[in-house]
Amino acid sequence: MSDNLLLTSLWLLPLIGMVGVLAVPRRSEAAIKYLALAATIITFVVTLIALGLYVGDGPSSAPLQDRVIHNVLQKDGSGALTIADESAGEGDLVVRRSWIPYFNIQYYLGLDGISLSLVVLTGLISVLACLASWNITKQVKGYYALFLLLVASMMGVFVSLDLFLFYVFFEVMLLPMYFLIGIWGGPDREYAAIKFLLYTLFGSVFILVAVLILFFWSGDTTGAQSLYNATGQVQPFTGHSFDIVELTGVATKTGYYGLGIQSWVFVLFLIGFLIKLPSFPFHTWLPDAHVEAPTPISMILAGILLKIGGYGLIRLAWPLAPLGAHYWAYFVAALGVFSILYGALVAMAQTDFKKLVAYSSVSHMGYVTLGLAAMNLLTSPQYYAYGVNGAMFMMLAHGITSAGMFFLVGVIYDRAHTRDLNKLGGLNNIMPLYGAISYVIFFGSMGLPGLCGFVAEFFVVVAAFNYSKLLAVLAATAVVLTAGYILWTLQRVFLGRSETWKGLPDMDLREIVVAVPLVVLTIAMGVFPNTLVLSWVSPSVGEMVNSVVTAARELNVSAIRTVEKTAPRIPDSISAPSTRPAVASRASGSL
Amino acid sequence: MSDFFVRVSHFSFVQNVWMIPCLPLLGALIAALGARRLRSSSHVPVVAGIVLAFLVSCGALFSTNPTEAPRVAGWLSISNLEVPIEFRVDGLTTMMLSMVTFVSSLVAIFAVGYMAGDPGYPRFFALIGLFVFSMTGLVLSNNYLLTYVFWEGVGVCSYLLIGYWHTRPAAATAALKAFLVNRIGDFGFALAIFWLWAVVPGHDLSYGNILNGSTLAALPEAAKLGIPLLLFWAATAKSAQIPLYVWLPDAMEGPTPVSALIHAATMVTAGVYLIARSMPLIALAPGVQVLIAVTGCATALLSASIALTQNDLKRVMAYSTVSQLGYMFMGLGAGVSDVAQLAVVAAMFHLFTHAFFKALLFLASGSVMHAMGDVIDMRRFGGLRRRLPITHLTFAVGGLALAGIFPFAGFFSKDEILLALKSASHSAAGQGWGWVYLLIYWVALVTVLMTAFYTARAYFMTFWGPEKLPSPDDPEAPRTEPGSGHGDHEPHGASQDETHGHDHVGEESPLVMTLPLVILAVCALLAGIVFGPTPRFEVLARSIFGLTHPFEHHLQKTFGWELLGHGEHGFDLATAGISTVGGLLGIGLACWFYATESSIPGWLATRFRSLYEASFNKFYVDEVYDWVVVKATWALARICEFLDIYLVDQLVIGIAKLPRKLAKDLLAGYQNGLIQFYAAVSALGVAVLLFILLLF
Repeated sequence: MSDNLLLTSLWLLPLIGMVGVLAVPRRSEAAIKYLALAATIITFVVTLIALGLYVGDGPSSAPLQDRVIHNVLQKDGSGALTIADESAGEGDLVVRRSWIPYFNIQYYLGLDGISLSLVVLTGLISVLACLASWNITKQVKGYYALFLLLVASMMGVFVSLDLFLFYVFFEVMLLPMYFLIGIWGGPDREYAAIKFLLYTLFGSVFILVAVLILFFWSGDTTGAQSLYNATGQVQPFTGHSFDIVELTGVATKTGYYGLGIQSWVFVLFLIGFLIKLPSFPFHTWLPDAHVEAPTPISMILAGILLKIGGYGLIRLAWPLAPLGAHYWAYFVAALGVFSILYGALVAMAQTDFKKLVAYSSVSHMGYVTLGLAAMNLLTSPQYYAYGVNGAMFMMLAHGITSAGMFFLVGVIYDRAHTRDLNKLGGLNNIMPLYGAISYVIFFGSMGLPGLCGFVAEFFVVVAAFNYSKLLAVLAATAVVLTAGYILWTLQRVFLGRSETWKGLPDMDLREIVVAVPLVVLTIAMGVFPNTLVLSWVSPSVGEMVNSVVTAARELNVSAIRTVEKTAPRIPDSISAPSTRPAVASRASGSL
Repeated sequence: MSDFFVRVSHFSFVQNVWMIPCLPLLGALIAALGARRLRSSSHVPVVAGIVLAFLVSCGALFSTNPTEAPRVAGWLSISNLEVPIEFRVDGLTTMMLSMVTFVSSLVAIFAVGYMAGDPGYPRFFALIGLFVFSMTGLVLSNNYLLTYVFWEGVGVCSYLLIGYWHTRPAAATAALKAFLVNRIGDFGFALAIFWLWAVVPGHDLSYGNILNGSTLAALPEAAKLGIPLLLFWAATAKSAQIPLYVWLPDAMEGPTPVSALIHAATMVTAGVYLIARSMPLIALAPGVQVLIAVTGCATALLSASIALTQNDLKRVMAYSTVSQLGYMFMGLGAGVSDVAQLAVVAAMFHLFTHAFFKALLFLASGSVMHAMGDVIDMRRFGGLRRRLPITHLTFAVGGLALAGIFPFAGFFSKDEILLALKSASHSAAGQGWGWVYLLIYWVALVTVLMTAFYTARAYFMTFWGPEKLPSPDDPEAPRTEPGSGHGDHEPHGASQDETHGHDHVGEESPLVMTLPLVILAVCALLAGIVFGPTPRFEVLARSIFGLTHPFEHHLQKTFGWELLGHGEHGFDLATAGISTVGGLLGIGLACWFYATESSIPGWLATRFRSLYEASFNKFYVDEVYDWVVVKATWALARICEFLDIYLVDQLVIGIAKLPRKLAKDLLAGYQNGLIQFYAAVSALGVAVLLFILLLF
């Protein structure tokens, strides 16, 4: 299968499924459901094919920046950009075509360990969420059409290597999500949907500004010769690029973007993606959205959408502005720790089962922020990799467990029609299978060794310990707090004896089919973290870490120190090279 | 056939030691997955797995090799951090393995009778198998991180088994409490691991890398003090010492075999094991050792004084366990300078003998409970020695061992610890700690008397006096629970939870339960004299059993312990004499007070009312913790929630409302639709522009 077909089908297949769903008459609900299920399953299979190709010995196992240079564009006779050689770089999981040549915008897709792991997660959670949607009865056709559009846009976000394309998918995602919460949600759905939409749109403005700064900034070109651009030629970099790989190279290897502008780019990306992640203090849309969203949409929201925030941080915020990231690192790390503790404490005070799980997401996503920000690059940069690997593992582990937890909340809500923890109780006796499955998934979320959450927390806190002992100790107290709210929840829901809920049926076959893959992965990722995840994700994480470390070390610490005294100033004009910090001269010397 | 023997003789127990945890795990999986089909024979795979694991452990016992650490599989590795699954088969490990699998086998067999008819029968045995897997994994691990993994594993099993009767609120709360308190300890353990990771060469957390002379010598000064302290913190939770002992007495809500196995013989000794395993590291910090000894001493005294007044037989045993664990920590803490090896061996020997006699006492209590229809309040029964002859005899043996009467096992091990404390008071005199150890030594002797007293009190209250069986009309019977036990008065639930025990009230337990009692009683009688660590009775032991203090020799094959100083064994008849006299005095007092109807206990209780109340109410430690820790955290959580709703979210909503407010209140007013107004504003605008033009 050609790369183009493979990567394009990742986002196009769900879209075709959507068109198919729209073509089916509204009465034949079963046909719609099975069609949507088929579309998600086929998409999932394609993600697995991509995974197979990636972990195989083919050309796709090379670092992303080595692969993209085989995929170059050239100007043909009429001056239009076309692909130079379709067969060059075939099988390396990168596609590059010209899209809007005037603005240098490309249709540019590619996969590495970081994006592929999230693509596979998306494929899996989509299938499970589709199955979990079976008992949706309201406007089935519209629901599944929007659901598939959502899946398509999420896939697109993860495979894009062009900032413009990324932004398009990122924004498209909001539309189906808004309607899915606003139409199929709970009683207060309209408020939650508009809050979600406005808040995320507000965040994407920051992202857009950061993207535009990167595009229009004209910085120091002296060190930028050695870089390949879309046409594969080595020429001075002059900005005007949306190419994520190229921009990463420029930002980390040259002084084109100095510390001053990188600080701004970083902060803008950070705010945008922290809203999505979400982290304190930008998290308040999450509980509302989760409480109102229908179960499968909650699974998608927690399992994948939050990961887009984390992915944005790993793929854009840190690599495109490594100096800025390093400059703000302590603040961001402290924010991560605060999120962990604050999320856990607020979760403890909840009486709504779903809200509790939502706040636990805030707490767990704090580990992602902390792992990325534990940048002790000056004395022992190699341990930064622990933090980023931990953050990545946390995203996958949380994708599994949080989707599972929201599904389990949905299972009981379908039966008892309440999520009030004070009313539930004694379910272990009534629904033993449900109890057993819940225990595994909640323990996984709690970070019990041998289950998936532990590996992530361990790596993140070790990296944090290497960065700041105080932050690490504070983060480690979450061991007790998390256990506190999870065990107390389990006690209130499952233990004891209840007359009210006697006779509730245990999970049916469809629900078991949804839950079992999550249970299996919760255990397997804890027992075989290397084989299942780290062996193919961590090389790509290593690439990202190396580039950030090189940038921060070479471009360089002394420059950071001189600039630290004066706070980063906003440039007078984005297009004029008015502020150029001391970084540039040193960098060009060192290269 | 001969081929088979050749293969067996070449079977390397060290290389195949992974079978020890895996066999019980396999049994547990079969029991869990085949629950529907196996039903009342669910115990078969688990018991078989544990017994086989015991046999392999015995093999490993004789092929102990402290230098070899076979690698079973890889687990975690990124960049330069690698944590393989690696097992070390040295003296300490094989001793623990044999003890754990032996006691587990007997308890599992006992549970076949005890748990018969319980609706959760397969679940019980699956969890027991899982526990044995975790516990053997814990003592086998050759890496602090892997130890931590299993450390939490046994914690989960304990949580699930304490809450085994999950419909009872008390059990659910006790389970939660146990897990949370243990998590507080795990927090310390995790910090110790992070710290170790940061300071040891190559970031290699294996014991081989950490517990060797060159690594230990190169540790920074802060780490030499901090890491032992954090490890001890971890141990106080798992092994129920001050300040984290509060979970263990409540853990008695679990089924009695669980109390015997997990909360007396094996899991609670994990903390002692961890400190003993890390002894070369701990020995770097004499200050921490004094702290360990003082904590152990205070715990032993406090819990013994609580045990004096409890009426629940299992609770007496629980506080006694806490107290005996305190003795083990006293031993570990006494391991200063040249006493180090002697003291650690003494502590481990007490762990070893305690496992037998405390498991025996718990199982015997379970047997009493079984016969009494799950009533465990000692005021509600009495004089059972004729009805339950085997239980009575075995309980007596266990009690004598606990009280430390010659020649029962407890006598030898407790004496070793007292001796170590006495030697430490001489050895540590140079550092100025001598008087502390001497004080601990005397307090420990006083505690011996208290131990003998409460043990004998429980024995006499249960088995002597006029025969009395529990009836629902007892003044002590819980009002809500007419004689059915397990806190469950719902007819349906009661029949579910308590089918066992009701059919044969007042009868001796079946063979499947009494046989383990008898075997454990034999161990409690002989373990001390056979394995005795001292040469004191060498002549006796050698002439009877052909062995010379094998326990100490075996433990000397422990990795890293060659770094510990070992001086000459002292011989101290005085200590043995005083402790025996103390023990006999305690038993005599209890006999005088409780063997027959007597008014003395009542008179004492009124005479020293406040002391009695304090002891009876466990010195109000639970209440203090509830206020200081639980309620404070809860309040903090509520404050955070309040801020979340009324500060963070309101801020967001406020910002969201800002544009609308701006438009409505400020700008909307001007769009009033009056042509005249628009014209006037336009004219004004033109005027202003002209004015500006004129100015510049």
